[in-house]
Amino acid sequence: MNFMALKQPENSLLGSESDSQRTLYPYVTGTSVVALKYKDGILMAADMGGSYGSTLRYKSVERMKPIGKHSLLGASGEISDFQEILHYLDELILYDNMWDDGNSLGPKEVHNYLTRVMYNRRNKFNPLWNSLVLGGVKNGNKYLGTVSMIGVNFEDNHVATGFGNHLARPILRQEWHENLSFEDGVKLLEKCVHVLLYRDRSAVNKLQVHIFLYTCRLHLLDKSS
Amino acid sequence: MSKSVIKTPPKGGFSFDLCKRNEMLAKKGVNPPSFRKTGTTIVGLIFQDGVILGADTRATEGPIVCDKNCEKIHYMAPNIYCCGAGTAADTEAVTDMVSSQLQLHRYHTGRESRVVTALTLLKRHLFNYQGYVSAALVLGGVDVTGPHLHTIYPHGSTDTLPFATMGSGSLAAMAVFESNYREGLTRDEGIKLVTEAICSGIFNDLGSGSNVDICVITKGGKEYLRNHLQPNPRTYTSSKGYSFPKKTEVLLTKITPLKEKVEIIEGGDVMEE
Repeated sequence: MNFMALKQPENSLLGSESDSQRTLYPYVTGTSVVALKYKDGILMAADMGGSYGSTLRYKSVERMKPIGKHSLLGASGEISDFQEILHYLDELILYDNMWDDGNSLGPKEVHNYLTRVMYNRRNKFNPLWNSLVLGGVKNGNKYLGTVSMIGVNFEDNHVATGFGNHLARPILRQEWHENLSFEDGVKLLEKCVHVLLYRDRSAVNKLQVHIFLYTCRLHLLDKSS
Repeated sequence: MSKSVIKTPPKGGFSFDLCKRNEMLAKKGVNPPSFRKTGTTIVGLIFQDGVILGADTRATEGPIVCDKNCEKIHYMAPNIYCCGAGTAADTEAVTDMVSSQLQLHRYHTGRESRVVTALTLLKRHLFNYQGYVSAALVLGGVDVTGPHLHTIYPHGSTDTLPFATMGSGSLAAMAVFESNYREGLTRDEGIKLVTEAICSGIFNDLGSGSNVDICVITKGGKEYLRNHLQPNPRTYTSSKGYSFPKKTEVLLTKITPLKEKVEIIEGGDVMEE
């Protein structure tokens, strides 16, 4: 256990903090993730930038990863915490596969697991500093949900994290409709990502876009605009 | 009246004496009372023939809506209008003050006011008060040099832009502008875009709401469209109003117009005890 010189806040309720480490602020962060449901599945986009404060430090960070056979996880916020979450999920998927019973964890189950993890960490005052987007298709059912760093979770037809909440959601609310075709979905997602690129200072012009279809999973990496 | 020497604040400008005390109190947990803000969406854009300004009409006092239909587009000059976000009193006072100064200037020079004049007067005033006059403004107008659109921040910095948004709903409105704005919009397209942007603010931001006000300024003149769109009308529980249960037998219908009943006394007496 290494001792870090932690700043004690004036009216600290937690007594001695020298023998525990808590995430106080994020260091390497990713910006918004935008996702929407379309006719045949899920579309999710995130840029590939990792900022270290106000420096654009890493320009090829993959902030979206497939989980198991049915889900896709996108994260904004602290990159190291995202990697920790992937580690937890690897273990979860491994145990699920070991059952070898023909069933596999779907997006709804993974979302629930993540909610529990995030909320529990928040209760211990040691949050995983991420806003997560979980999307996927299982047995023909599309699912798209989000979990924040304090454990707030919900499911919706279109979600966004970070700046995307302020800039992309108004556009999505106005222009999203049931049974979007693939081209329309991509166009809508591009519109949102364009606005984010104009107005979010930590956005980069290199995107990662994932498409989740009923039948298979495709990823397009390095889609530079 | 006592003859003792009263300590007067230095002439001119704001007295910052109590700021340190206020900061100390805030640290101890005693916050100043919240003032009436216009948590707002205000926008402006330049189109083919001039400038279009738009604003929502909700004024909030903390979490409560105190005015459902206030006017946020203020008159500055016949060819210049200004939208205000921030503390309502500050935006009103500062725009009224500069409006009078512009009028006096017009008398003095004998010419139409220019937008940059209003801009300079506003920014000098706001900078002088170091951001304590919490007024964020979108100033637009058409003068001899053409159409102009500026944003002015509470600390006194300004921007000159082809389209601008301010207020708590600025991001929602900016999302609409950034995706749909192009140069050379016609008047109807411009009004439609401004309405869409304000609606985006009204429906996606909690500090903005109620109706949309528009002001179109061109070389020929101005058009103030108050409540151009009312997307939040008051709905009553029963559209038919009150009706008696069906079994009630109507015996007699007598309509008495109330106007005839009131006697107007010219120069009437003040109410006695």
